[in-house]
Amino acid sequence: MTSLPNSTQKKLGLVIDLDTCVGCHACVISCKGWNTENYGAPLSDQDAYGSDPSGTFLNRVHSFEVQPQTGAAQLIHFPKSCLHCDDAPCVTVCPTGASYKRSEDGIVLVNESDCIGCGLCAWACPYGARELDQAAGVMKKCTLCVDRIYNENLPEEDREPACVRTCPAGARHFGDFNDPNSHVSTLSRDRGGMDLMPEQGTAPVNKYLPPRPKDALPEIDVLAPFLTPVAETPKGFLGWLDKTLEKL
Amino acid sequence: MQQPVIDLSPHVSDEVRKTTCYMCACRCGINVHLKDGKVAYIEGNRDHPVNKGVLCAKGSAGIMQVNAPSRLRAPLKRVGPRGSGEFEEISWDEALKIATDWLAPIRKNNPEKLAFFTGRDQSQSFTSFWAQNFGTPNYAAHGGFCSVNMATAGIYTMGGAFWEFGQPDWDHTKLFMLFGVAEDHDSNPIKMGIGKIKARGARVIGVNPIRTGYNAVADDWVGITPGTDGLFILSMVHCLIKAGKVDLEYLAQFTNAPVLVNSDPDSDDFGLLLRDENGKELVIDRTTGQLARFDQPGVRPDLAATHRIGDIEHRPVFHLMADQYLSDDYAPEAVADRCGIPAPRIRAIAAELARVAFEEAFELDQPWTDFRGEKHQTMTGRPVSFHAMRGISAHANGFQTCRALHVLQILLGTVEVPGGFRFKPPYPKPATAHPKPHCKVTPDAPLDGPHLGFVHGPEDLVLRPDGSPARIDKAFTWENPMSAHGLMHMVISNAHAGDPYKIDTLFMYMANMSWNSSMNTRGVIDMLTDTDENGDYVIPRIIYSDAYSSEMVAYADLILPDTTYLERHDCISLLDRPICEADAAADAIRWPVIEPDRDVRGFQSVLCTLGAQLGLPGFINEDGSQKYKDYGDYIVNHIRKPGIGPLAGFRGDGSQSGRGEVNPDQLDRYIENGGFFVEHIPAEASYYKPWNAAYQDWAVNMGLFDSPQPYLFQLYCEPLRKFQRAAEGKGPHQPPDHLRDRIKSTMAPLPIWYETDQTGNDGFSIHALTQRPMAMYHSWGSQNAWLRQLHGHNPLYLPTKLMRENALQDGDWARVSSPHGSITVPVLEMAALNDNTVWTWNAIGKRKGAWALDENAPEATRGFLLNHLIHELLPPKGDGLRWANSDPITGQAAWFDLKVAIEKAPAPTQPGPLQSSPSFAALKSPVPAAPKDLAWKVGK
Repeated sequence: MTSLPNSTQKKLGLVIDLDTCVGCHACVISCKGWNTENYGAPLSDQDAYGSDPSGTFLNRVHSFEVQPQTGAAQLIHFPKSCLHCDDAPCVTVCPTGASYKRSEDGIVLVNESDCIGCGLCAWACPYGARELDQAAGVMKKCTLCVDRIYNENLPEEDREPACVRTCPAGARHFGDFNDPNSHVSTLSRDRGGMDLMPEQGTAPVNKYLPPRPKDALPEIDVLAPFLTPVAETPKGFLGWLDKTLEKL
Repeated sequence: MQQPVIDLSPHVSDEVRKTTCYMCACRCGINVHLKDGKVAYIEGNRDHPVNKGVLCAKGSAGIMQVNAPSRLRAPLKRVGPRGSGEFEEISWDEALKIATDWLAPIRKNNPEKLAFFTGRDQSQSFTSFWAQNFGTPNYAAHGGFCSVNMATAGIYTMGGAFWEFGQPDWDHTKLFMLFGVAEDHDSNPIKMGIGKIKARGARVIGVNPIRTGYNAVADDWVGITPGTDGLFILSMVHCLIKAGKVDLEYLAQFTNAPVLVNSDPDSDDFGLLLRDENGKELVIDRTTGQLARFDQPGVRPDLAATHRIGDIEHRPVFHLMADQYLSDDYAPEAVADRCGIPAPRIRAIAAELARVAFEEAFELDQPWTDFRGEKHQTMTGRPVSFHAMRGISAHANGFQTCRALHVLQILLGTVEVPGGFRFKPPYPKPATAHPKPHCKVTPDAPLDGPHLGFVHGPEDLVLRPDGSPARIDKAFTWENPMSAHGLMHMVISNAHAGDPYKIDTLFMYMANMSWNSSMNTRGVIDMLTDTDENGDYVIPRIIYSDAYSSEMVAYADLILPDTTYLERHDCISLLDRPICEADAAADAIRWPVIEPDRDVRGFQSVLCTLGAQLGLPGFINEDGSQKYKDYGDYIVNHIRKPGIGPLAGFRGDGSQSGRGEVNPDQLDRYIENGGFFVEHIPAEASYYKPWNAAYQDWAVNMGLFDSPQPYLFQLYCEPLRKFQRAAEGKGPHQPPDHLRDRIKSTMAPLPIWYETDQTGNDGFSIHALTQRPMAMYHSWGSQNAWLRQLHGHNPLYLPTKLMRENALQDGDWARVSSPHGSITVPVLEMAALNDNTVWTWNAIGKRKGAWALDENAPEATRGFLLNHLIHELLPPKGDGLRWANSDPITGQAAWFDLKVAIEKAPAPTQPGPLQSSPSFAALKSPVPAAPKDLAWKVGK
């Protein structure tokens, strides 16, 4: 049993915009690339070229179809990684103290040297955001690129999570939710940022921006103001053209 | 409790090397982080004009491409029968000797007996130069089976098309409409653009039978019936013209709408444009009422005035457009059922286009001067932009559909204006400024000019004196006169048939022709392995270059193993397909950021050596010695014309752009600059480029043209009319009789829509499409340990209606058949899909034994290709002829005209993994088995 900090100085996390996520998986692979090379054990792949390839990913994109009451079905791309919850059940369930939430910024991490690979945290996480690396036998999860965001070996503009830096559609945003004026706080407020599965009581830090209403262009009839005919026949049209050109 | 102390500033890398990605054709800038000389991490280059720091899944997975077990290791000589995969590794000296021994006699006697086709080549200005020096007329890359309709229609209509030709004005557009866009064309810029415009509340309308990717985030989705985009577009054109919602000022000044057309059906020149003695199009000047050249200073072209010469009436193009498009045949109610779009929806979208173009118009406070010398105080923005790609292009009516889309853009006045669509240098460049195709073969000498180009009438066709096709792919013949990119997809079948003639050696690069890059895959395999009565192969010799163990490797006699993209020089050249932006000219290089650990060589470097060994004039010095030691040497030292080389940046002493002497340090300067070069366009030259005097002068200074060449957008495409006219029996160049009707009906000078030919397809009524996923590029993704976990197999997606009709459930199997063949594949329901369309991901299915994958890999078991259902010829129509499955104007492969029937099939029951059919015998892999597990960390 591991305890959570009562509060954290910063509350770092992501805003993920479901209105613009095109489902390209750029975030998935850039995360895999950075975190294979960096924090802790590499993210391994089993049967990498075989019949059942399976590897460790800290971030995955799922796609869901939505069938509204009326109108066409929609496809929503849903990137999912650790939400760095304020009430992180994965931390409190950890028997060794390997899982912890940082008091300075709220990032939930696994201290791999203390992790025994028991998998309790993955069971406790309602989001399925943790994966046990099959090669290293330790639990892997999103670190919010803790080894990038403060890294003095990186240019300042690159001190953000790899997934945010790479997202081509600009659908991922990183910042401090404790600062009400931060970009992420503002964006979340303005666009109705949502908690994922709030009923679980995990108080997730990451927020999702819902897709805007779709297929809302009103259908119109012949007499729409922008399409009112100037004439009904080609001859009539040429008459209109002559008159209009006179006025130009 | 004490928190662990962690290192928040770990060492990132020893060195960052900046080069250009090649995980797809998008050409983003990448930072390759190295540790201990090995690739540790790849990220986007923030300074790069294409991707500005972002990078897609493919790009970030490049690290798994440079370590892919499928990489070929050394030159290979075939030792078993073709297709057996029996090879022995040989030295480069031996490989080059074999190639030279094969090719030298061909060049000396019959250069056309070499067919050199370079697939997904990004060095076409170089490979075409090599082929031209060799002297064969048989050269092209893969455009003919990709998007030649888009490129050609764009260039004929407005001097450029989408993607590398131009882009939406992301900073100002308020309505973005995209048609049939494959998710990897133009990969990152489109995603960045959509993100940017959605962030400021602009509307995105997606027209696509399938609602994935860009269409999934579109505000409005139009799930159109495949192949009817042209009809939908022309219906909107009907609505807009009828409502007078067209930009008359723009049409009069910048397009051929006011140009006079001979309108006397009895005249020999019926349908041709009225021109002066120098060939300049004539208009009526509204100020004087007199005939005038379109580009005469001060002229005010009249959209309405007609002109009579003798008995012959001449009417402006705009009159003809009104006649044609005001017809009720194009009314929304008349097209709705065929398009699968309710008429009110068509009107709603047309109205929204009109509203945004005209009600949200704005002025940029930027004076400019047009080509007639008229000064304008502002630039008028019409913030509607479009993008389209293969979805509308890969149909047999694709050329006219692409033309229709450009005509729609032009009627709204949204091309090369703020908020609209903008060209990227070296475009705009009208068809008349491109070369014409050349085919004159002289043994032991170069061809008489560039192979590919633009024809302007029957006299420009590439025919031999007896009227037979000069090229093996029959490009630029009456069967497909405007085939500006060649027809790579016809090369193997024509070579096998000896029609129009037999060849000796087929030399290919980066094209998986025995698998996903061919129609009729099984048939192509048979053609590649077929033998004549003497037991000799019908296609006698095949040389192939690829970096990887693709399916095509097994069918070649000699393999020249290429490097990966991080181990080589390349140039992304202004002579070719550069990386320019609307505001800047830009080009880029690749350079060996790591050295190959195998006995492989960059293909272009190999051509430098082979060219010298063959004594090709462009590849030897006066003393006969090799001119370019490798491709890097060529990139720096080749001179296309005085002052112009493959790279535009850092010329002369390093300070010159565009034109300048050779700079021996040029590659180093590119490397210092991040692997690319950018030259910005002055603000007064940034829009209205075809007509903007400041832009034209800038382009001449940059070496893009030799003199200013303002031109009019060709709403009316006169070259099409010239072919029609020939088909009517006029003029000295006459088509064969069996093609007359088709030429007359399809090569209309104003865009039309016609049903693609499904005669003989009775009973096959369901459209079947493929798309490429955003995280894969053609066949390359399967060898990538990370990407194949995203798309390792490809179900056939069926709409809910078809699932119910066929009593299918997710995980069931279905037999999918066309007149050409059938496949049995797993199905999955998808609701966000046109009701009568099925689709799957392209090129996920793999042949067993290829790409260093396990034979039980899902790509090779459940995975499948639709290619088995598509033939390069249409089913017989009963007229004794077999017609090509391609666009009759350009020859573009009509992949998306496929129609199928579907029925439930029992799940496969054989032991082992579930297997789709057809299933092919495993190829013997030319590379060792892949490792089982990966834990890839190069640093300590």
